[in-house]
Amino acid sequence: MPHHDWLGLKNELPRHRKLTLLAMSFLAPLMLWCAISYIPGLWHPLVHVTSVGSVDYFVTDMDVPRATFDQEVAKARAAGEEAPQGYLVNPVYLPAPHKVVRAFYTAFKTPPRLQNEPWLHESLGHSIRTIFLGFVFSSLVGLPLGILCGSYRFFAKLQEPFIEFFRYLPAPAFGALCVAVLGIDDAPKIAIIFIGTFFQQVLVIANTVRKVDPALIEAAQTLGARGIRLVTRVIIPAAITDIYTDMRILLGWAWTYLIVAEVVGTMSGITLFINQQARYRNFDNVYAAIAMIGIIGLFTDIFLSWLGTVLFPWKRRARGGSSIFARLKKLTPKSPQPPAAAPELAQTVEPKPAELNVAQ
Amino acid sequence: MSLSELKLPHYREQSPAVAARFERIRRREVILSVRKLKKSFGKRGGTHTVFDNVSLDIHRREFICVVGASGCGKSTLARIVAGLDEASGGEILLDKKPVAGPGPDRGMVFQGYTLFPWLTVRNNVMFGLKMQGRGEITAQSEARQWLEMVGLGKFEHSYPHELSGGMKQRVAIARALANNPRILIMDEPFAALDAQTRCQMQSYLLQIWKKVDATILFITHDLDEAAYLSDRILVMGANPGRVIEFIENPVPRPRSDEQFLSPEFLALKKRLEEHIHPPAEIPEKLPMIKLTEAGDEVE
Repeated sequence: MPHHDWLGLKNELPRHRKLTLLAMSFLAPLMLWCAISYIPGLWHPLVHVTSVGSVDYFVTDMDVPRATFDQEVAKARAAGEEAPQGYLVNPVYLPAPHKVVRAFYTAFKTPPRLQNEPWLHESLGHSIRTIFLGFVFSSLVGLPLGILCGSYRFFAKLQEPFIEFFRYLPAPAFGALCVAVLGIDDAPKIAIIFIGTFFQQVLVIANTVRKVDPALIEAAQTLGARGIRLVTRVIIPAAITDIYTDMRILLGWAWTYLIVAEVVGTMSGITLFINQQARYRNFDNVYAAIAMIGIIGLFTDIFLSWLGTVLFPWKRRARGGSSIFARLKKLTPKSPQPPAAAPELAQTVEPKPAELNVAQ
Repeated sequence: MSLSELKLPHYREQSPAVAARFERIRRREVILSVRKLKKSFGKRGGTHTVFDNVSLDIHRREFICVVGASGCGKSTLARIVAGLDEASGGEILLDKKPVAGPGPDRGMVFQGYTLFPWLTVRNNVMFGLKMQGRGEITAQSEARQWLEMVGLGKFEHSYPHELSGGMKQRVAIARALANNPRILIMDEPFAALDAQTRCQMQSYLLQIWKKVDATILFITHDLDEAAYLSDRILVMGANPGRVIEFIENPVPRPRSDEQFLSPEFLALKKRLEEHIHPPAEIPEKLPMIKLTEAGDEVE
């Protein structure tokens, strides 16, 4: 086996090292989380009271700071009274991994507390619909405009200066305006996503279109192509794969505007769910919902990347195929700990809250 | 023994067969006529002349090579003839009519492979035909014919990225010829290929040229290539770019690799070398700088 440096600049790493690093990128933060959650005393700044003892202001199941608890125990001992009992816990906003993993399932099964509140899947569906509509409306205008700006100097000079200016205006700043014009339901939310996406979209796509190899355009001209056909038959097909990649990235940006958009008007979608769960102090559900956004985003992107290889066969490598599914398939058998298995790992660790009997 | 010591015939001496061939060519109609062409870039305060006063006539089915030192504007000349750049002066007549802008009557093969990566090989060849308004079915069968001609019939459904450099350039030639251009302009088409593939492509090109009614303007910096392919060679000089000489190639056709050592070939090559690489002044003896402690003196 040839010698490889782990940190060699521009060195292609052997596959098993790539897999190790891929697993580590997910496992390292997860391990840190597990350590903080399960190793007693590593952080655990609070004590969960199981028995109030003689302390009159303690209530069963309340969390008190460790220092206060220790003081009360010392006081009770000194007075020869019954000492309170409890165990170390982390704050409620940092649930243990296994609770969050369980929440992935239970959050979908738990009925909403109030009749008019949505289920989790309804909230997610609502959010996806908002994103989708905002992105589609933006693309319907932004895509043709971007291609025109990239192809013709005329449109670039006519449109881009204004768009450059407008893109610096933060989309959330238009929230109040959108509500005033479009009401309080979904329309202003879609408008915020539109504003957040559209101006970037035009500029990014215009830039991509401008990068089309001019030699291809010249070759087409010497073959008799001219006018609008140069755009439809040469520039668009030449840029389409890069435009597709741009659109994938832009869709990711649209997701980042989601939370801001959903607080405009009446709160809705996943933002409403997260806010309500936080109010009920179900932080495991909050984490699960946030993670779900990430997972939906990731799988959408993997799917779109695979779809790209289907749509654009000329981008496929001569051998193998660069689809991410093919790559994942290649990865899995040798993977020591694929990231998908990480939650199971968390589950197998039996969570034992550090029992603390201070009375002894 | 160096090339200059060889006893060579004069490069203008032509065997009767070659002379007769040139006589026949001269009687053919002129396809492309370049008159006093000038190209300069205007910068504030002054102008930089790429070339000036370039004139040539190309007869039907003639194979013209343009050679010249780098910077003489030979590629610019090709681009202007193709209509991709604008001339600053002079005119270009195709079939006695002035031309402006690119068009399908002047096919072009570029140095970089400019095949459309999103089209299969056959659709690449069909591109020009469809732009001409040819129907799908006729375009397909014509494209297939051209691919057979360049020996790539089997690859009609492949994508360009699946082909080697030489194959790509053959597709590019087929694509340009499929349009039935009055003249085929080739701008250093084989410069990016390795030496062996280049040799193959040169003989391929001659075979294709034999089979089709093509007039070719071929830009190259490779003197062997020019001497091997051409009927006439336009030698350009640099600073400013200009025509130095228009040489009738004395090497008889059909051409083959063995002619690389024939007296006519060497005579022509020597003449070209004198134009392109004039004997530079060799500096006086330079002091020797020793970099190692090795004892033996290296000569």
